[in-house]
Amino acid sequence: MQILYFAWVRERIGVGEEVLAPPADVATVAELLDWLATQSPGHAAALADRSAIRVAIDQDFAAPDAPVAGAREVAIFPPVTGG
Amino acid sequence: MIVTRAQAHAFDAAAETSALTAGRTDIGAVVTFTGHVRAENGLEALTLEHYPAMTERSMAAIAAEAAARWPLLGGTVIHRHGRLLPGEAIVLVAVASAHRQAAFEAAEFLMDWLKTRAPFWKHDGSGWVAAKASDDDAAARW
Repeated sequence: MQILYFAWVRERIGVGEEVLAPPADVATVAELLDWLATQSPGHAAALADRSAIRVAIDQDFAAPDAPVAGAREVAIFPPVTGG
Repeated sequence: MIVTRAQAHAFDAAAETSALTAGRTDIGAVVTFTGHVRAENGLEALTLEHYPAMTERSMAAIAAEAAARWPLLGGTVIHRHGRLLPGEAIVLVAVASAHRQAAFEAAEFLMDWLKTRAPFWKHDGSGWVAAKASDDDAAARW
């Protein structure tokens, strides 16, 4: 699974993208974030406040209970601030 | 029908607006919004990061939603990324319709949704700009 990070999520994790293979029992976006937070202190710091985390699966916003099965690209980032 | 672009380089708002109405006699209203970088709190530059693959999809989806909700006769939405200096234009929304109400409403809608659904993030040189609850409220009213 290709995982992309943007803005301060990217800075706290230390990389813009990585390829990871979550265990089979990671079924939802929320479970993926829980698992990712265990990967390093940077991941834990970036994902500590879930209210400030947004997720897109294959370039579409995904809710915490959305399934991650079959996702090719998961992006994790703060609330957007364009415009 | 509504053209969307994400680009690093500057745009010419007047030329984009003129292009919407060139050769047209059915358009009775064009509403244009241009957002600029403000020099506040000693800002030297804004840097916008974005998620290119999703930016394109989300801008197109937002434009399609506007076209579905209002009887628009054309439109152009441009959002810049990269480093922008105070005074520079950062975003353009221009929409054309037969009557003004649709154009006014669609322009507001497009801006509200761009601010809350298009994957751009502003860095002001000292930190990442935080999202505003008022922007979420503005987007939710549509």
